Amino acid sequence: MSFITKPKVTHPGLPKNELGLTRRDYEGGMSTLCAGCGHDSVTAAVIEAVWGLSLRPEQLAKLSGIGCSSKTTAYFVSGGHGFNSVHGRMPSIATGAAAANRDLYYIGVSGDGDTLSIGFGQFAHAIRRNVNMLYLIENNGVYGLTKGQFSASADIGSKAKRGEENRQPPVDPVLTALTLGATFVARSFSGDKEQLVPLIKAGLKHQGFALIDVLSPCVTFNDHEGSTKSYGFVRDHYDEVVHADFVPPAQEITTNYAEGEVTPVTLHDGSRVLLRKLDASYDPTHRGKAMNYLREKLRQGEHVTGLIYIDERSPEFHAVNNTAGSPLNTMSYEKLTPGRKGMEKIMSRYR
Amino acid sequence: MLSSADAQDRLNDFVIKLANVNGTGSASANTLLMKSMFRMGIPVMGKNYFPSNIQGLPTWYEIRVTRDGYVARSGRIDLMVAMNAETYARDVREVDPGGYLIYDSSWPRPTLLKRDDITLLGVPLARMCNETFKGVRARILLKNIMYSGVLAALLEIDLDVMRALLAESYASKKSLLDSNVQALEIGYHYAREHFQCPLPIRVQRMDRTANHILIDGNTAAALGCLYAGATVGAWYPITPSTSVMDAFKSFCQKWRVDPQTGQNNYLIVQAEDELSAIGAVIGASWNGARAFTPTSGPGISLMNEFIGLAYYAEIPAVLFDIQRVGPSTGMPTRTQQGDIMAAAYASHGDTRHVLLFPANPEECFHMAIDAFDLAERLQTPVFVMSDLDIGMNDWMCPVLDWDESYQPDRGKVLTKEQIEQLPTKFHRYLDLDEDAIPYRTLPGVHPKGAYFTRGSGHNQYGGYTEDAHDYQVVLDRLKRKFERAKSLVPKAIIETSGNQAAIISVGSSDGAVREALHILEAKGVTLDYMRIRAFPFGQEVEKFLASHPLLFVVEQNRDAQLRSLLTLETAVEKHQLRSILHYSGLPISSSCIVDGVLAELGSASRVRSAV
Repeated sequence: MSFITKPKVTHPGLPKNELGLTRRDYEGGMSTLCAGCGHDSVTAAVIEAVWGLSLRPEQLAKLSGIGCSSKTTAYFVSGGHGFNSVHGRMPSIATGAAAANRDLYYIGVSGDGDTLSIGFGQFAHAIRRNVNMLYLIENNGVYGLTKGQFSASADIGSKAKRGEENRQPPVDPVLTALTLGATFVARSFSGDKEQLVPLIKAGLKHQGFALIDVLSPCVTFNDHEGSTKSYGFVRDHYDEVVHADFVPPAQEITTNYAEGEVTPVTLHDGSRVLLRKLDASYDPTHRGKAMNYLREKLRQGEHVTGLIYIDERSPEFHAVNNTAGSPLNTMSYEKLTPGRKGMEKIMSRYR
Repeated sequence: MLSSADAQDRLNDFVIKLANVNGTGSASANTLLMKSMFRMGIPVMGKNYFPSNIQGLPTWYEIRVTRDGYVARSGRIDLMVAMNAETYARDVREVDPGGYLIYDSSWPRPTLLKRDDITLLGVPLARMCNETFKGVRARILLKNIMYSGVLAALLEIDLDVMRALLAESYASKKSLLDSNVQALEIGYHYAREHFQCPLPIRVQRMDRTANHILIDGNTAAALGCLYAGATVGAWYPITPSTSVMDAFKSFCQKWRVDPQTGQNNYLIVQAEDELSAIGAVIGASWNGARAFTPTSGPGISLMNEFIGLAYYAEIPAVLFDIQRVGPSTGMPTRTQQGDIMAAAYASHGDTRHVLLFPANPEECFHMAIDAFDLAERLQTPVFVMSDLDIGMNDWMCPVLDWDESYQPDRGKVLTKEQIEQLPTKFHRYLDLDEDAIPYRTLPGVHPKGAYFTRGSGHNQYGGYTEDAHDYQVVLDRLKRKFERAKSLVPKAIIETSGNQAAIISVGSSDGAVREALHILEAKGVTLDYMRIRAFPFGQEVEKFLASHPLLFVVEQNRDAQLRSLLTLETAVEKHQLRSILHYSGLPISSSCIVDGVLAELGSASRVRSAV
């Protein structure tokens, strides 16, 4: 963490997005995480992605639970409302918020404890409802604020700082999300901004629940020899299967790809995700095959990353509920009340 | 048997109890009986005692015909319709001396019929159904309608009114209508031929139900949500609150579907549990929609952590607690007022919540609307403390009228223009107006209005803090805000005529207390009365407590929770308060209160010296 507040002066030459805003306009409060924490890199990637998409800051609602990861919603886009709720319950807050206003972009930031232990039920049901949100797990396999206990994502054999070995099998959020019917499933690494930024963009634009499990090492409690979530281990066992590039609606695809190298997926608003398969046998639109592939790689101790699965056809939360196109929170009272005449009609049933 | 003078006395004033097996279709017959008398202009009360089960367990329905318009149980049974062999022995015992019992005489059961002080009327219901109707299910269902016909003859219920009600129920199912009317008439004619009709207990047309409806509190609460402009409902099904959301959904399907687009101007989330339900309510309210959750005691227990968040982060939320019998799972289909303390102080740390206590469906409607207005005005959770008795039984209420001038009180929410004109940054928890209520902004409106909502320690500017002073500034304002709620919540209903002694009650105990006051008055004991309608208690409550040295606190729980709350939150002395408690799971009866008061006062002579 840095103890010096950055000056508010910005260099006139800083690049601007379509709204004329610089990256600095998307920053948040100063991080209070440990120096070198993977989460701060994720924060930077979010800022880069939101700036790149030219979202107005207030269009973003940032939601989180409790834990180191959940603190980070305060560190980006201070022009958007944030909500640091209770441990493991961010998905229900997101569900209610999304119900009230379908026009905002919802980013939920959670951790492996917040998602896979205390919040496992809510995580599962937000997926099941296909709530239109980006759900980031900053996954480090360890409880940081309570000083180093294993989390539910710790691998068998992974060692704690003082040498204790984890004996319980991990819960893999990506495999879990696929099983539950998630419509956008990705894994990335806090140290790979090239991969992470377009994934965040695509996840924000995806209609429905977008999960990105970001391996984000804990420098204080889980970055040692024997840990499977350390910077070193992740870099060595990092298997990108599908790289996603994000192309906004109006932009032309300029890069030349060889025949069959790239599969474009068009999102709801016309933007496209270009999927570049690094393993030719892989199919990111086939849930069953994706799960099998993932299981095999997990057995080999590899972290499969990239856009693992995408489904743009399944209806999201509001489509399932046939909700009005305009947000419920701004509907005029006149539109909502049956009035006096309505009451007379209703009363006739009970006479 | 009743003498003729007694008989006159019992005209439109008696109690029928129907003992059935659940899942056999008795509910529609019970409704038919009650509503037909209601349509004859006679005040009625109906109570359903049903099991937590789908099919096969005992269920009872009690109809009190009450020309004086009492709304509680009287505690007596004049006519029992004993249709359940399993409970037959106890059903026979329950009838008051001089009363009647109708049984199915298709099979002789001589040993069970032994009781000389009541009249037994045997009707071969099963045999007649089997002879007339085809199909096992139809025979079972129509047996209920047949005994309704028997009762019509015995009690002189207008058969045309009953036929009309059946016609309304089966408007689109002609064949069902025909068989129902046939069953009704078979029962009716059998009774006319075999018994001396009518009985001394009988009905006669009155005009006391004009401009009244029969409605349950959960439907009325749902209607309140509709009229309050609630757009998001989140819930987890739990007896006895389920019918709140069922009713809300059906009202919305009628009144909240856009005629042009066919899209819904509401969204109901059936959550995975109560934690998620209240989370969704808080998320939606934070985002500026009116949102609510209906639940019961176990749900409130689960919601505690989130309730504390909404209190501390100052987010509106409306909760309907349809109280049932606790502790733990308790008796889910029986009534109690057992969540008063749990709701008042729900969640860890220093928290206190606004509670509203409806006494009947009419108040469920109005207090639902009050709850949304108060929650947004005060930026805090508000609980509507109903119960199973109010929520799931049909009550006679005045027809609900709607004041077209109503506009929701959305509280202190800054508009886009107001945010733009702020001289400084927006500060979420500053007490700018010195009314202890800060200003809110909604997400998506303006970047300058953005702030960070948190349940962790925060200062009045909305920033994170671990500073003792800054933390206390916010906590002390929250206390002042709660003080302020005293003048905003519905006032207690107070009826005084200068007595030293008084009764205090809350919620559904009101009906029984009112009847008890009349009975006591006839016995020479006059008491003042206060019905509490909200927590925190207002000045009028303090005044009433101070001016009555002897106070009977009537409530439906074991541990005297209202009494506890009064001793904690007012200046009343403990020794002023005597509890009259009822916690059997059945709605409280007037006799229980009369007995309690008289026992406490000792004898009539002691009353005069003490009071």
